[in-house]
Amino acid sequence: MQAYIIRRLLALIPTLIFASLIVFITVRLIPGDIIDLMLSSNDIGADKKSRVQLEAALGLDQPMVSQYFRWAGAIVFEGSLGKSLWQNTSVMEEILHRLPITFELGLMALFVALIVGIPIGVYSAVRQDTVGDYVTRSFAILALALPGFWVGTLVMVFPSIWWGWSPEVKYIPFAQDPLRNLAQMAIPALILGKAFSAVVMRLTRTMMLEVMRQDYIRTALAKGLATRTTIIRHALRNALIPVVTLVGLQAPVLVGGTVILEQIFVIPGMGLLLLEAVSQRDYPIITGVFLVVGVAVVLINLLVDLSYGLLDPKVRYR
Amino acid sequence: MVAVAETVRRPTRRLPGSGTISFIGRLFRDKPLGAFGFVICVIFLFCGIFADWLAPYGYNQISPINRLKPPSEKFWLGTDNLGRDMLSRCLYGAQLSVIIGLSAAALATVVSILIGIVSGYLGGKFDMIMQRFVDAWMSFPDLIILIVVVSVVGPGMGPVIVLLGLLYGIGGSRIIRGAVLSVRENAYVHAAQSTGATMPRILWKHILPNVMAPVIVLFTTRVGAVILAESGLAFLGLGVPPPAPTWGGMLSGSGRSFMYLAPWLALAPGLCITIVVYAINVFGDALRDLLDPRMRGSR
Repeated sequence: MQAYIIRRLLALIPTLIFASLIVFITVRLIPGDIIDLMLSSNDIGADKKSRVQLEAALGLDQPMVSQYFRWAGAIVFEGSLGKSLWQNTSVMEEILHRLPITFELGLMALFVALIVGIPIGVYSAVRQDTVGDYVTRSFAILALALPGFWVGTLVMVFPSIWWGWSPEVKYIPFAQDPLRNLAQMAIPALILGKAFSAVVMRLTRTMMLEVMRQDYIRTALAKGLATRTTIIRHALRNALIPVVTLVGLQAPVLVGGTVILEQIFVIPGMGLLLLEAVSQRDYPIITGVFLVVGVAVVLINLLVDLSYGLLDPKVRYR
Repeated sequence: MVAVAETVRRPTRRLPGSGTISFIGRLFRDKPLGAFGFVICVIFLFCGIFADWLAPYGYNQISPINRLKPPSEKFWLGTDNLGRDMLSRCLYGAQLSVIIGLSAAALATVVSILIGIVSGYLGGKFDMIMQRFVDAWMSFPDLIILIVVVSVVGPGMGPVIVLLGLLYGIGGSRIIRGAVLSVRENAYVHAAQSTGATMPRILWKHILPNVMAPVIVLFTTRVGAVILAESGLAFLGLGVPPPAPTWGGMLSGSGRSFMYLAPWLALAPGLCITIVVYAINVFGDALRDLLDPRMRGSR
């Protein structure tokens, strides 16, 4: 197991190097001079001095290759992502401050997705080709088509018109008031989890249908085991392994979704930080968020792979 | 086998297009929900192409007297804060969605084919390096890549199409690569290799025609994904800039504050997105079941 984890961590290195290159090149190799854009959009006054200062702050006065190594070296050896151009605060500190908020939202959405998706998927599979199956499947496709930002907008607008109620838009930290914080996060988490739960439901259904046809399920039923026990203990446990993989695959979608919902519900997480940085063209923050999100997704996928061993005794790490 | 014998015996009787017509017949017979989606997709395409004729007003025809009018006989879906007809804006929005959806999905499919076929066919070191790059690319959320790149290149129709095309193209190459891996081991490919056919010829004549089923399914589902992503981007103010009537854009920006006075502003564009994406998804599902049963349950 230990050797496996070490090998997996080593295999991450090329992926992470590529990821850092993508982040680095995306922001630097694009047509149009970043400096001009920044100077014009922030009304600094494009005098010679501020231009030189900005170039030095961004490290743009050096050749591309040395820029990359300086940037990557600072991350690896100092854990530094540079400083925000406008606030002059450490990007890493800013991100570490916002990360738990986005993490909480993502975790709650994941919880919603699993708690809704798995039971409905099992129901749909057990009642295959009945009206119930048809209705739940149609709802799942509808949930995938409903844009989160529209549902979010409707939740902001209509309850306020009908009942004069609108969701809280002043963020309450978890440490300050856990209950009110959870209540505040519940609506965005439900909306974020909606599409994900549809994906979970569809996969659970497909896998359950496949597992239910296996010989060991027939054996369990034939020896007189209750249907409920057979479904939960024998079928579901085997059907859930691909669902765990799905969590890893959907992690980027979930993180992407938080950006929009954080904007609608004014939750000061990573997404809002990114959008604020984009409107100010604060490139160190943009690259920092970009990189941290990518690395987080890679690590989530590693955890997902390692969790197979707990779920499936057949999996042995070599 | 019977079908093969028929084509061999009477090749000239196969009229161009007859395959498509019989396929649509099968769709309507076997997959009613998919057929329903297909019909809505056709209507959507029709609205997009003929928006100039169908729309009663221009998409940016401002009329201060008719500000924030609720739906009526004159304005079926009401008017917005500048007195612009919402129905016309939604129809022109369909036009933009058709243009962006089809061109970005087409670009994505071409990129997927190029990467998937070459990487899958060559294998070895090239495949390994390419796949590590695809891994790294796929670990970034679509929306975050879009936001970051748009923040640098600036919003607009061209950048949005190219970006969405590249984004979904690189991700989708996995599916094509998987299909190529199984096709390249077929006897006819080995036969072509041993007769000394060049690589481009093998890829074009032997591999590509045999991975067309996943390619078509990929294209269809990508259209839906692109429309959803584009509207999300427009909602954040990073899509095609106003006054272009994008569905996502109509739900954001200055219009948002007027929704409390005129709730119909919040309904029409969102419904358009939902209905179209729903239709494309059910149609795509049916297409996948009919064309490529191996892909069932994926996505």
